[in-house]
Amino acid sequence: MSILRSVGIGGARDAAASVSRRDAWTRRLPLLPAFIYVFLLTQIPFVLTIYYSFFSWNLLKEGSFQFAGLDNYTRLVTNESIRTAILNTVILTLSVIAISVILGMAVAMLLNSEVFGKGIMRTLMIAPFLIMPTAGALIWKDTLLNPLFGLLPYLLSPFGLGRVDWVNRFPMATVVAVEVWRWTPFMMLIILAGLQSQNPEVLEAARVDGANPLQAFRRITLPLVRPFIELGALLGSLFVVQTYDSIFMLTYGGPGEDTTNIPFLLYLVAFQGYSIGQASAIGVVAVIITILVATFALRTLFSIFQVEARR
Amino acid sequence: MRTVDAPLRSKVLWSVVGWLVVFVFFFPVIWMWLEGLKTEPQAASSPPTIFFVPTLMEFQEVLGGDFPPFFINSAIASIVSTLLVLVLGLPAAYALAIRPVKRTQDVLFFFISTRFLPFAASLVPLYLLARDLSLLDNILALILIYTTINLPLGVWLLRSFLLEIPHDLFEAARVDGAAFRHEILRIVVPLIAPGLAATSLICLIFSWNEFFYAVNFTSSTAATAPIFLVSFISGRGLFYAKLAAAATLASLPVLLAGWIAQKQLIRGLTMGAVK
Repeated sequence: MSILRSVGIGGARDAAASVSRRDAWTRRLPLLPAFIYVFLLTQIPFVLTIYYSFFSWNLLKEGSFQFAGLDNYTRLVTNESIRTAILNTVILTLSVIAISVILGMAVAMLLNSEVFGKGIMRTLMIAPFLIMPTAGALIWKDTLLNPLFGLLPYLLSPFGLGRVDWVNRFPMATVVAVEVWRWTPFMMLIILAGLQSQNPEVLEAARVDGANPLQAFRRITLPLVRPFIELGALLGSLFVVQTYDSIFMLTYGGPGEDTTNIPFLLYLVAFQGYSIGQASAIGVVAVIITILVATFALRTLFSIFQVEARR
Repeated sequence: MRTVDAPLRSKVLWSVVGWLVVFVFFFPVIWMWLEGLKTEPQAASSPPTIFFVPTLMEFQEVLGGDFPPFFINSAIASIVSTLLVLVLGLPAAYALAIRPVKRTQDVLFFFISTRFLPFAASLVPLYLLARDLSLLDNILALILIYTTINLPLGVWLLRSFLLEIPHDLFEAARVDGAAFRHEILRIVVPLIAPGLAATSLICLIFSWNEFFYAVNFTSSTAATAPIFLVSFISGRGLFYAKLAAAATLASLPVLLAGWIAQKQLIRGLTMGAVK
């Protein structure tokens, strides 16, 4: 088993170096269909996106396709909307990830301690992540937060909060709350897996040696689950950066542009404004931002795989 | 006595805290179910109706109305794209795990980088292509796109399961002169049945819940379940009970699949990194 694992990543090069050409092709052949498929449907469109981003083209205007140089990009720099969208994307992603990691950690620790009905708790806890995001957003907006008929304004009214119209008065906070509801279970699952890989005897030994729970947490538990937290945060941010469903359902990017993030702006420009060139330029910017995030994510993923391999 | 009681007391205390937290998170789901079991006047009442006689009226209304075609489209798009992922992904994962090629790591990196390429990167050309091939509002477009989204994940996940199969098994099969296709069908498939299940589950979750492409690439004929829910935000007035019933039904397949295959969920979501 251990030999096999080490072949996984890195060892491939040496193993493959000595094989003959024909053998190399029989090895590569099963890989090709998937490779070609993914290449055709992601790389070629991406190259086209870059190409279109240098053109001005309104889909509704016949013959409006013409070279525009860097116009689409200079417009991005001068345009208020894109700056708002980038800022909203950053605020949304950072707050959702930070809050759901903290809550996920707390819930994971609860589920890892001695409690009654762990299994059922875990089962119920993952439900928000499984519920269709569009369905979840609608339920929050229309049945829980609706100022007239919703449950939450009703329950909060004795506390002097009145019938607050959460979605319209605090649009970004509402989107963050609904996304946190959805992503906390995700973080919880990953962190719980980390906690469960911990040897309870080590914690017990620390306790016997006189460490208080806080010290034990900081010195033993936290370092152990750190890679799991990083993995969850980075995978999560790659998904949350692309948030579209809940914004579409809850606020439709509004009021004004208060909750318009990059994916939603792209949707507005491409499918409401039909500005193909401008939408493509936004696409290129989105890719650059994602590459920055993803580079870190992938490094973490690979390092975890290597830890696995060493075991 | 004290020494016996203290752990029990702390267990009870933390259980109460834990159940409260879980209740808060699960409550919106309960509320969705409850709203779906109400009548329209009960669902749109102020103060909200807490005690009522449940009725399946709204569920019948949704199922007897225009919802089923959306549901069927979702099922077709999810199931066919998942099968495509398995058919294309298993040989690729096999090549990367059992018979590693030169640059295995690069290929893995390529696959996963495409998974996290934002849809912004390829949206416009894909839309234009779909339009030119008259694939807009055609379920085939969604099937092809969902396969693209899930294939990189499938390759990684299947590979992580394949790495767990003892290498000797393949050596033995090769010595016996088993052909490649034989090797895959007779040895690999039975051994990684849990891997196939995990991969299918993750693909089903992502494609069933997918919204961006669904809402922009389809309009009526090929529209999927989440698109049915969109109709509730525009111009249907106060249909909260019906909305909740539809939301419950639309969420049901993924919720059940996720609950049944809980153990595979974590592994799938992290592409095999966490077991």
